[in-house]
Amino acid sequence: MTDNIIIKLTAAEIAGKIAAGELTAVEVTEAHLARIEAVDEKVHAFLHVDREGALAQARAVDEKRARGEKLGPLAGVPLALKDIFTTVGIPTTVGSKMLEGWIPPYDATLVKNLKAADVVILGKTNMDEFAMGSSTENSAYGPTGNPWDLTRIPGGSGGGSSAALAAYEAPLAIGTDTGGSIRQPAAVTGTVGVKPTYGAVSRYGMVAFSSSLDQGGPCARTVLDAALLHEAIAGHDPLDSTSIDAPVPPVVEAARNGSVAGMRVGVVKQFRGEGYQAGVVQRFDESVELLKSLGAEIVELDCPTFDLALSAYYLIAPSECSSNLARFDAMRYGLRVGDDGTRSAEDVTALTREAGFGDEVKRRIILGTYALSSGYYDAYYGSAQKVRTLITREFEKAFEEVDVIVSPTTPTTAFPIGERADDPMAMYLADLCTIPTNLAGNAAMSLPCGLAPEDGLPVGLQIIAPALKDDRLYKVGAAVEAAFVEKWGHPLLEEAPSL
Amino acid sequence: MTVTELLSYDAALAAFDPVMGLEVHVELGTKTKMFCGCSTELGAEPNSQTCPTCLGLPGSLPVVNAIGVESAIKIGLALNCEIAEWCRFARKNYFYPDMPKNFQTSQYDEPIAFNGYLDVQLEDGEIFRVEIERAHMEEDTGKSLHVGGATGRIHGASHSLLDYNRAGIPLIEIVTKPIEGAGERAPEVAKAYVAELRELIRALGVSEARMDKGQMRCDVNLSLRPNGTKKFGTRSETKNVNSLRSVERAARFEIQRHAAVLTSGGTIIQETRHFHEDDGSTTSGRIKDNAEDYRYFPEPDLVPVAPARAWVEELRGGLPELPRVRRNRLREEWGVSELDMQSILNAGAVDSIVATIEAGADAASARKWWMGELARNANEQGVSLEELAITPSDVARVSALVAAGDLNDKLARQVIEGVLAGEGTPDEVVEKRGLKVVSDDGALGTAVDEAIAGNAAIADKIRGGKVAAVGALVGAVMKATRGQADAAKVKDLILEKLGVSEG
Amino acid sequence: MPGITREEVAHLARLARLELKGEELDHFAGQLDDIIGAVARVSEVADQDVPPTSHPLPLTNVMRADEVRPSLTPEQALSGAPAQEQQRFKVPQILGED
Ligand SMILES: [Mg+2]
Ligand SMILES: [Zn+2]
Repeated sequence: MTDNIIIKLTAAEIAGKIAAGELTAVEVTEAHLARIEAVDEKVHAFLHVDREGALAQARAVDEKRARGEKLGPLAGVPLALKDIFTTVGIPTTVGSKMLEGWIPPYDATLVKNLKAADVVILGKTNMDEFAMGSSTENSAYGPTGNPWDLTRIPGGSGGGSSAALAAYEAPLAIGTDTGGSIRQPAAVTGTVGVKPTYGAVSRYGMVAFSSSLDQGGPCARTVLDAALLHEAIAGHDPLDSTSIDAPVPPVVEAARNGSVAGMRVGVVKQFRGEGYQAGVVQRFDESVELLKSLGAEIVELDCPTFDLALSAYYLIAPSECSSNLARFDAMRYGLRVGDDGTRSAEDVTALTREAGFGDEVKRRIILGTYALSSGYYDAYYGSAQKVRTLITREFEKAFEEVDVIVSPTTPTTAFPIGERADDPMAMYLADLCTIPTNLAGNAAMSLPCGLAPEDGLPVGLQIIAPALKDDRLYKVGAAVEAAFVEKWGHPLLEEAPSL
Repeated sequence: MTVTELLSYDAALAAFDPVMGLEVHVELGTKTKMFCGCSTELGAEPNSQTCPTCLGLPGSLPVVNAIGVESAIKIGLALNCEIAEWCRFARKNYFYPDMPKNFQTSQYDEPIAFNGYLDVQLEDGEIFRVEIERAHMEEDTGKSLHVGGATGRIHGASHSLLDYNRAGIPLIEIVTKPIEGAGERAPEVAKAYVAELRELIRALGVSEARMDKGQMRCDVNLSLRPNGTKKFGTRSETKNVNSLRSVERAARFEIQRHAAVLTSGGTIIQETRHFHEDDGSTTSGRIKDNAEDYRYFPEPDLVPVAPARAWVEELRGGLPELPRVRRNRLREEWGVSELDMQSILNAGAVDSIVATIEAGADAASARKWWMGELARNANEQGVSLEELAITPSDVARVSALVAAGDLNDKLARQVIEGVLAGEGTPDEVVEKRGLKVVSDDGALGTAVDEAIAGNAAIADKIRGGKVAAVGALVGAVMKATRGQADAAKVKDLILEKLGVSEG
Repeated sequence: MPGITREEVAHLARLARLELKGEELDHFAGQLDDIIGAVARVSEVADQDVPPTSHPLPLTNVMRADEVRPSLTPEQALSGAPAQEQQRFKVPQILGED
């Protein structure tokens, strides 16, 4: 099988072929490493490629098979890991100069889970610094290009992971989603991304941005692949106090049995209007029609507090990050600047943070410091947490009437690199539709629903499910995906220009 | 060091009424840290008891130690506090290199225990009620070693070295409400409170609360207001006052200092102060200005603690007898005065005496040895009674030997000296040193005969009725037997031989 | 809701230990003023009688047994240290008091 065929296989197909002896894990890994070699200079999805480590893992899988041991459902499948998870022996930078060259002495729980599942980790992907951004332009190591148009953003913060998928550098990737950082990149790159219910995937070893919002999740090119990865990484972790101590919902089963027949699907009034690109709205409306034609009942919903979600998010996330990022002080690890033997620890900390953090990180730290400071706490942080309660209640009320909610994932398609770089408010709008879910902690998916007519770029459909009902995303997602693929005659990604 | 003006204590109290607030941090004796599984064992090599969590490495997360919570509830209950039905941890944000995350995981407006009191007994037996504001859970910081300056002081150091073994060890911070109405006894109340709290913590078994090892640390907040007024004055916060005596001295010093400032028309600035063990003074530390803003918010990495009422009641049911109650019971059982009991307490001898009595000694002798010979010894060595190389059962054995007439007091002291010197058990020391009382009547009889013969004039006096003179002959016999005779028996024997009966 | 001044940004930067340069202060002050102006909308709910949500899931009492787990070795603990001495993290002189 040629490399070009291998890299276009889905994760499920690769695992099947390795298990059947039609391919070796080493062949698969080499094909992807060759692809990375060929295109990543242009795409810049990876910050670090762990060639030797990946091949060693692949060899171990092949040996396991040779010994006749049973292989897991993703054994030997390559994966691109967002550079926000700690990895023993592999640098972890979180897209920041602050951690350039840092090699963690411990593995994140998610990484342990991937290794236990015999997934082959190819390397670490680019991201907005500390996951703050919607374009990956905030990476200290330069932007990532969108494989559909390298002059455009691949979304963020997990743009490296989504670009790696869209560029066929890996069939699977890991992202983290604090305000949309899995779903928005998936939408703008024509791939699939899932933010599981908060607490479904351990945060231990995932460098914190906003603890009460952050959630790791699967990124893939198909709904089934995402489900397989979801199952591999989810589960209770005693090292994460906010981890859900309950069985993982049957996501793979749901993905294999896609259906929306008889389901009630909600459409929220607040997820359209000013700021939404016409082509995005058009594709979304078509998706709703498609759902209807597949047997779903469409229910109009009114969730007025959703209009405050963005504001609440831009208080809560900066507040938590101002505290989470305080540990980067040049004392124990990471960058140290200005230690000339005369300066104090205090000065060295301040100089290092000034030099090591990028603008967006500094903006959010200052904003969060402000929101938490005495005299402002109640008006800002306190109110934002009340908004959170109200949004959660509106979701709960909505889910009494519907099984899932759908919306555009993001108001626009991929915008050109540089367009919103120094306009934080414009950048923040990219997460308009994804943020309410993070605030409430429930689950959501983005999957491709077509190309916007005006620019020919991918549009994402967001599906939102109640907390702990992640399987509904896959059931609905698989049905929608199958219907679209049938309608288009091929997966959307095949329309992307070749690199 | 700057010389601080002081007013005499009496003059200070004649004009002002002290108000105190005491904040005590207790390091719990859990096996592991508050939020990670690292050991809390003291004395390990630097940075050998650390993990991603207590080093604050990127990506690490905390998980609450159940025994930490249980200990906090026990302390709260013993302090007659209400126990929160639902409470959270909060982050206290400030930068300091000994604090790996640059926030302390603590509790803010939702402490686990609040609104209690502790009755403390003053030296004259008076009971003073200290109201407790709150007791909350938090974590300790790492330790810094300041290098290149004078004797490890922070000032003038060229750099510092950090060991995070202590970072994350569970702390319970216990804060009193303003202590009013103690008047001139304020320093005594402060000391008695900390002493009582220490006893309580030990009795609960949640910490050894050794102040000398930093397991219990006290901050003394003090302000003065003119006598007869209500409004509190500006307070000073004297940090890290780490012995009972220092607590009393710090309060006393601050009363005198505040009074001097106020009577000379000055104002007290709100600041932290450092206490100096050497001369009992305090010096100015950091001024508390508005720049300090801890930006507390609920810790998002931890979920709320909601202790089930049944659990709280179970813990309440299992509380040991409170130290003050126990002390009063023991005082009655032992038949000693309040004053004697106080000195037993001050000497830290209560538990040793109890254990010695449990090992079979009578109360009087147990008390005598621990408060006499052994207290003196501990004092000389600068160690606590528990640290002496003698066990309560050793002491009980010594007192049994005395009771049986095998040892007299002088020999018993030698036995104890031998045990303390590591020569073995009391019986082994008796054996090795040959310290048996001479009870062989023949040998003793000979010694008595010799004494009578060698002191004929005195013997005659005794025969003539001056029984009091017998002491001289007893002394001669004791000298001849190198102290190994039972003095009472010698006396009886002499009188018998001289045909005189007493009284 | 009041906006944010350059002086406030400077104060916040000190609290957050960021040695911002002069032009950065101006730049951030303008941007933060816009952002705060926009997000201040949340105070519309300030007087609503609802509890604030600090955790998305209603979990309580997640605790672990008081059992020792392996620590890192000192070498691992110090592996990322910018400087070390005597098996300790070496840091510049500390000015603060406590
Ligand atoms: Mg404290
Ligand atoms: Zn630890």
